Amino acid sequence: MRHTVSVLVENKFGVLARISTLFAARGFNIDSLSVSETEEPAISRMTIVVKGGDYILEQVTKQLNKLVDVIKVTDFKDTEYVERSLALVKISITKSTQNELIKLIGIFRARIEDISQNSVTVEITGDENKINAFVKTVMPYGIKETCRTGVVALGRGYANKVKEKKND
Amino acid sequence: MEQKTGAQILVGSLLKENVEVAFGLPGGQALPIFDAIHESKLNFVLTRHEQAASHMADGYARSTGKPGVCIATSGPGATNIVTGLATAYMDSVPMVAITGQVATNVIGQDAFQEADTTGITRPVTKHNFLVKDVKDLARTIKEAFYIATTGRPGPVLVDIPIDVQRGICEFIYPEKIEIRSYKPTYEGHPGQIKKAADIINNSERPVFYIGAGVIASNAEKEIIKISKKAGIPVTNTLLAVGAYPPDANLSLGMLGMHGTFCANKAVQAADVIIAVGARFDDRCTGKVCDFAKKAKIIHIDIDPTAISKVVDVDIPVVGDAKTVLKEISAMIEKKERKDWIKTIDSWKVEHPLSYDRNDDKLHPQYVIEKISELTKGEAIIATEVGQHQMWSAQYYKAKYPRLFLSSGGLGAMGFGYPAGIGAKFGNPDKEVIVIAGDGSFQMNMQEMAVAILNDIDVKVAILNNQYLGNVRQWQEMFYGKRYSHSCLAKRKKCPKRCNTPSRDKCPVYVPDFVKWAESYGALGIRVTDKKDVAPALKKMLEAKASIVLDIWVEIEENIFPMVPAGASLDDIITRMNG
Repeated sequence: MRHTVSVLVENKFGVLARISTLFAARGFNIDSLSVSETEEPAISRMTIVVKGGDYILEQVTKQLNKLVDVIKVTDFKDTEYVERSLALVKISITKSTQNELIKLIGIFRARIEDISQNSVTVEITGDENKINAFVKTVMPYGIKETCRTGVVALGRGYANKVKEKKND
Repeated sequence: MEQKTGAQILVGSLLKENVEVAFGLPGGQALPIFDAIHESKLNFVLTRHEQAASHMADGYARSTGKPGVCIATSGPGATNIVTGLATAYMDSVPMVAITGQVATNVIGQDAFQEADTTGITRPVTKHNFLVKDVKDLARTIKEAFYIATTGRPGPVLVDIPIDVQRGICEFIYPEKIEIRSYKPTYEGHPGQIKKAADIINNSERPVFYIGAGVIASNAEKEIIKISKKAGIPVTNTLLAVGAYPPDANLSLGMLGMHGTFCANKAVQAADVIIAVGARFDDRCTGKVCDFAKKAKIIHIDIDPTAISKVVDVDIPVVGDAKTVLKEISAMIEKKERKDWIKTIDSWKVEHPLSYDRNDDKLHPQYVIEKISELTKGEAIIATEVGQHQMWSAQYYKAKYPRLFLSSGGLGAMGFGYPAGIGAKFGNPDKEVIVIAGDGSFQMNMQEMAVAILNDIDVKVAILNNQYLGNVRQWQEMFYGKRYSHSCLAKRKKCPKRCNTPSRDKCPVYVPDFVKWAESYGALGIRVTDKKDVAPALKKMLEAKASIVLDIWVEIEENIFPMVPAGASLDDIITRMNG
């Protein structure tokens, strides 16, 4: 099972290391991780995707809460939320594939950010499924390089089942 | 307002926290701190090894309930306290460790005696800090003590670069502190408390399983009260020896790998387990899937991560043990539970803790029984780690909490002697006895210098079996009696493989602990005969000085009962060969 967990932390030196140490020491696997400042510069938000059953999710949220620099942990399990990640994909092009490829890029609502004689660099955002589908689709044309961000996620405004856990 | 250096601010902060004593060793990157200590009224104890300093702070904390403090320099000083921090972290002991660090402008340049101290200690501390600005120092020290002593206690490390120690600013020590991301839960959830009380009231065979959390929250009276009122027998973990009166009818003694027959039987037969401040350590549960299968489990703990970590819990109550138990106590119905108590009493009779009391051999258990008898269970006992530790937990009848100091979770050999010295600094009027194995004792015995130079009369009883006894026992039982590198008397001339040790034929043991003690100006007494044990112990207790008893006990004595690692508590072995 894949779980998305959102963690508000003090924007302090070493916090990322504390969290990655915790995951390593407890044997949890991070699928993806993204960190950035929030609207309040003293607070950062980390979005962590972790694979595992309910036991792992429960331990992950509790152990994260136990860290002194963690302000709030939200797990999105059984809730409505918006999730996005971004990928840059550099694909080989030739004269003969060019038109076809540009059409595909349009269908996925991706954007061309750079183009050269033999490659096109595309930016695509969406949930992981959409990005995976795009990558799979353009694979036959030849992928030169890809770069993907971790997932970022927020609960929906009307979500009523968001579990917010802090020392409960 | 007066301007002070960072080092002065640190020392001033420690005094504001009412630190009576700090343990440690100076070094290059901590010199400003030591200069400030020199000019202050802080009582500082110079140890011979930083590891020992951290264990002394630990022993002080366990025996007094107040946070222990140790101070070391950067690099090797800091790495040497890691074992002490890990010990305190596993056993939830409040400690504040201060380390010097290279100057902020050279951090990361592999400077002389530089180590990434906060990086190294992150997994073995409750929290740690690197102070980069002298203006943050006072607040950081306040936070360190606050975090170390609240919630589930633990060690906190503060790393202070030398330029911060030298930096100058106004010294204002915050009176109160609030950390928005750190708010331990003390009050239990009323609904959960009600559920727990209902389950206890409706149970037929309840058992209290109490751990160090009961001592940390001073909840021993509540346990006694509830157990008496509702007829609930009590078993304790290693760290909770002394938390429940060992001679009470309802006392089962310790559970788990070397727990009593009745405690393990009771846990397996129970219909409700009330775990308080205990964490279902593998040494307690045995094979987890077979642990207390018939029981509903209530778990009261201040640390939410402890709940359902190892064993699925039916009724979790997050909160302070004392606060929660007080509320439960009011809802508990008076019951005698005669049948249950009768069954337990029959187990007690069937397999009491035993060894060959009647023969002439010098059994280690006999020594501990005598210590228990002569001190009436009122002395502080610090143990090292190994067989002697388990026998101490079994046979020393500690009357009160904070009398039994032992490295439980980490099982760090070398803990006992310095912990005993630290405890004596915190309890100058109490008798402190270190029960040691000859292996463990050698890991930190250099600290005798500290005891002698500070006129600290810590007594040491070495149960000398010339082996790393616990290792030898496992090799005997599970590795075909192949005593690989567990013999401490073995010399070059010995046969490569030997499993027939004997005091007469084996080479002379080194060191000669008697001469060794004498070289420090302490008294050493060798005891090789059972009849000499009691007189030697009496002499030890009468002496108001450091004294070491080198007691030559039976070499191949084993600890029983025993639940082999990974086996179910049902598979308890009460003696060798059946």
